[in-house]
Amino acid sequence: MYQYDQYDQAMVDARVEEFRDQARRRLEGKLTEDQFKPLRLMNGLYLQLHAYMLRVAIPYGTLNSRQMHALADIADTYDKGYGHFTTRQNIQYNWIKLEEAADLLADLAKVEMHAIQTSGNCIRNISSDHFAGAAADERVDPRPYAELLRQWSSFHPEFSYLPRKFKIAVIASDSDRAAMRLHDIGIKIVERDGALGAAFYVGGGMGRTPMIAPLIRDFVPLDQLVTYSEACLRVYNRHGRRDNKYKARIKILVHEMGAEEYARQVEEEFAHLLEQGVEPPLAELERIKGYFKPPRFRHPSESWDLSRLEREASAEPSSRWDDGFGKWVRRNTNPHKAPGYVSAVISLKPVGGIPGDATAAQMHLMADIARDYSFDECRVMHTQNIVLPHVEIGRLHALWQKLEAAGLGTPNLDQIDDIIACPGLDYCSLANARSIPIAQQISERFAASGKGEMLGELKLKISGCINACGHHHAGHIGILGVDRKGVENYQLLLGGSEAEDVALAKITGRGFDEAGIVQAVETVADVYLDQRQDGERFLDTYRRIGMDHFKEALYG
Amino acid sequence: MKILTGNDLRTGAVIWWDGLNWSPHIANAVDAGEEAEAILAREEAARRVNAPYAIAAEATGDGPRPAHIKDRVRALGPTVRPDLGYKAARENGWDWVI
Repeated sequence: MYQYDQYDQAMVDARVEEFRDQARRRLEGKLTEDQFKPLRLMNGLYLQLHAYMLRVAIPYGTLNSRQMHALADIADTYDKGYGHFTTRQNIQYNWIKLEEAADLLADLAKVEMHAIQTSGNCIRNISSDHFAGAAADERVDPRPYAELLRQWSSFHPEFSYLPRKFKIAVIASDSDRAAMRLHDIGIKIVERDGALGAAFYVGGGMGRTPMIAPLIRDFVPLDQLVTYSEACLRVYNRHGRRDNKYKARIKILVHEMGAEEYARQVEEEFAHLLEQGVEPPLAELERIKGYFKPPRFRHPSESWDLSRLEREASAEPSSRWDDGFGKWVRRNTNPHKAPGYVSAVISLKPVGGIPGDATAAQMHLMADIARDYSFDECRVMHTQNIVLPHVEIGRLHALWQKLEAAGLGTPNLDQIDDIIACPGLDYCSLANARSIPIAQQISERFAASGKGEMLGELKLKISGCINACGHHHAGHIGILGVDRKGVENYQLLLGGSEAEDVALAKITGRGFDEAGIVQAVETVADVYLDQRQDGERFLDTYRRIGMDHFKEALYG
Repeated sequence: MKILTGNDLRTGAVIWWDGLNWSPHIANAVDAGEEAEAILAREEAARRVNAPYAIAAEATGDGPRPAHIKDRVRALGPTVRPDLGYKAARENGWDWVI
């Protein structure tokens, strides 16, 4: 875990009091909304359809139990008893009162959290692999580098008024679990000749103009990570389109300038910055690494592996290995680097539920479970679920029983009902159509028919507008809600991926109404079931047979 | 008809112009007609409402029904949480929904 030092705490506390004064002046009429809006947005406070909405930053999705308890308390005290975990590994509260917002921020600060830089044209919360520090396939824990970049980018005066918002993701595995190449900067820790370095992908993103970030430099020594990042930002800050909001993201700059020319200018700036000596001393990185030391894993756990678990659990009927516990283990756990351990995923996608929503009671429970089963740590996934990074295999059954009892044991990681959905028109002032009801209907339909069980990995993502918070461009199946003469209409997209096989989904054709889009997803699933060959995921079949088979079934 | 809406400055709650004041109940919204812009300017300046605007609506037996779905969602609360929002607080819901 990151830890605040005295300066961090002092800065965040001062920011709370500054905001308290700003809110007071707004309520007293000394500030107009036009004057106040940029100030509240700098503190993550939006005005949405029904009320103010607060977006809280969760650095690379990491929380300890104390913080998760605090988020639950905030849901109870300041909201209507729930929160919404987002595709940026953050949490949002939907019913915040302006007159209470400063008190809320003060409560957050007590647990080393804030809402700074969760809005505005600045560097947003740094995201990372939700299995960081645990995954069997990672080269190194990426979180110290994410934390270094977070500290560098927090309150950075030069990058507080960029042409547009800026998102950075850091991973350290060949498997991409953070949609790395769909970020403004995607950093992948790589190894060359025994040394670790960073590959920089710059100019990716979703939104109205989706782009996959091209490789700008294949190896930056890790002791130059901040300097190279600063060079990337400087070139963007200098040439980004401030005249047109829709062309202001770095992806447009890199595309229009050309990746080669952009890279050339970054190299020039990089050389200049190296002379300036902006890189933090290595001692600082070492200090940060100290916060991310692996927990003290228990050696007796080495006698456990998933084969032994299956052998013992399947011999015990009450464990419901085939349709209950075993299914959850197979789907909701990920290999761990420590023998006898796995990472386990708590699904926030019960059948018919609201993707990413959790009640205060569920948050309290997840906090207690993180404390008791995962060395006091949990993570928010960009897919709107929660990870317990370090769970002993021998304790999985007890854990699953607790989750099941609380409605948190749905075994659906990366299945068709593990749907990413933005808040959509039910909450968001930017949305054109509702996302959540579509997700609910799809998950209910596939559960009722039993067809969901037959599909295997199938990632479905829904956005309620072109801003793509629901990552529809990256869905194996994507759905985009649009406004068609005042009526909700849904476009269907196929073939996207945000993983290491990154691809942008393509639109099938004309859109569907609410009932029609649910049927269309089932039609697409039927084509896959009919056409798939042994071992093929939906995405594999789509790539082999192409769009036409699906269009024929959808439109005749 | 043309009705006026905005958010309460302190709480952020959705409110509607009832002719004299701002009401949380859309059923109380009145036709502002040609006075709309003047009322909006006056009320916002007096900090009695935040980010107000005028919308088109049709009169129904259950009161005004906003022409655009976004304002219907604002009026009734999230459709996925019928336990929250204004509709939940009213004994008899509307005939019109989304």
